[in-house]
Amino acid sequence: MSAALALMPDDTPLLRVEGLTKRYGAIIGCENVSFDLRPGEILGIVGESGSGKTTVLNCVSGKLAPTSGGVQFKTRRHGLANIHELSEPDRRRVQREDWGFVHQNPRDGLRMRVSGGANVAEPLMNLGDRHYGRMRQATIDWLNRVELDISRIDHKPRTFSGGMQQRIQIARNLIHAPRLVFMDEPTGGLDVSVQARLLDLLRELVRDLDLSAIIVTHDMAVARLMAARLMVMKGGHVVETGLTDQVLDDPQHPYTQLLVSSVLQI
Amino acid sequence: MITRPAIAVRSLSKTFTLHNRGGMNIPVFDGLDLEVLPGECVVLAGDSGVGKSTLMRTLFGNYLPSGGSVHVRHEGVLVDITHAPPHVLANLRKHTFGYVSQFLRVIPRIATMDLVMEPLLANGVSREIAHERACTMLRALRLPEGHWALPPATFSGGEQQRVNIARSFICDYPVLLLDEPTASLDAANRAIVVDLIKAALGRGVAMVGIFHDEDVRNSVATRYFSVSDFKAAA
Repeated sequence: MSAALALMPDDTPLLRVEGLTKRYGAIIGCENVSFDLRPGEILGIVGESGSGKTTVLNCVSGKLAPTSGGVQFKTRRHGLANIHELSEPDRRRVQREDWGFVHQNPRDGLRMRVSGGANVAEPLMNLGDRHYGRMRQATIDWLNRVELDISRIDHKPRTFSGGMQQRIQIARNLIHAPRLVFMDEPTGGLDVSVQARLLDLLRELVRDLDLSAIIVTHDMAVARLMAARLMVMKGGHVVETGLTDQVLDDPQHPYTQLLVSSVLQI
Repeated sequence: MITRPAIAVRSLSKTFTLHNRGGMNIPVFDGLDLEVLPGECVVLAGDSGVGKSTLMRTLFGNYLPSGGSVHVRHEGVLVDITHAPPHVLANLRKHTFGYVSQFLRVIPRIATMDLVMEPLLANGVSREIAHERACTMLRALRLPEGHWALPPATFSGGEQQRVNIARSFICDYPVLLLDEPTASLDAANRAIVVDLIKAALGRGVAMVGIFHDEDVRNSVATRYFSVSDFKAAA
């Protein structure tokens, strides 16, 4: 292998966001946000509430139409495509086939009226799988993987604790082997001990499946643990980007310095 | 034959700007040049506070320089880590660059064995071989076998330090940065680490180190480098 190739194992981005802007009337949601994401890379987006990090996540994941700017993604079906220029059915197909979305509140990502097992299996069904034996086996495999008790496969999500609901949501979002997963404060509503276990699990899954992920969080410790790269947002603008340890250990922007110096030590 | 440098530093400068202290500037060093060849262990000299650790962290890309460049040889090519995109630097750290810090900073509740295996797994080594090499390394560093399944949070300072060393020496990185790797070790363990460092030098690893212990310093240094010669004007 030539040296140049070895240097950049896969240099073509999976996702390319360029000049992404979202305005709500006169109010700026986010402005001129650009970044690339490569296979296996995890990007953290940090900032206080109202900084625009969730707006970016929603625009990139196709939930929200940007005012201007583009989101290019290497789709399985259409090759490189601007997500917002695809037809609605095509965009939904990309979301179903290539992506996962883990919400902060499991209720937003789960169907509360069907069983935990059905929640996990549903993405396979949505992709056209009709082989119930195979789907049930895949569901059992995934419940094991996220360390949930198989005997509860037919219980409704509301009978599970918050941490367990979040595990169901994670299994539901990974069972169809997505290549990119969006996570909005994935451990936000959980106890510290539950949060730590869940983060371990997420790290392992992301490494083993070679997933790319974008994680929105206001928790610097979660960002350091999960993300190789960091993007710091304030007032709808990206104020600093870089390797996570560089941004957190030697922050350059006044806001990042304030953010890092405000973290409580225990 | 001319040996090509593994690290080439050109007119490097670092000034910290504290925006929340009215933009106060803390200059550390300026116009710093340094070349490290394979098989060299360059020991940073100078009093406490002169910027030895700051230089070390800047070499690793953990701190952002204010000016100048740091090139590191990665798979035969000199890569400017100060201007490389994040994914290139991340890749370089995975394959080329080891860093032993004074303190073990790891994810809580992960077993020592898994922590030591992790850099090998990240480099695509099989679990079996990684496990075997981790055993050899932990044994060489005399970390009691009963500890291997435990997370290091409850270990003594010296034991944590040795976990740290095991993680960095297990991978045969061609470039190693050592920030006080023997700080909390007793004499017997210091001697083991000195042997590890010498063996790495024999393999042609390029190293930059900070050692407060004079005996360690004198037995591993191939040359000294005075950071205070490049002290920036305040």
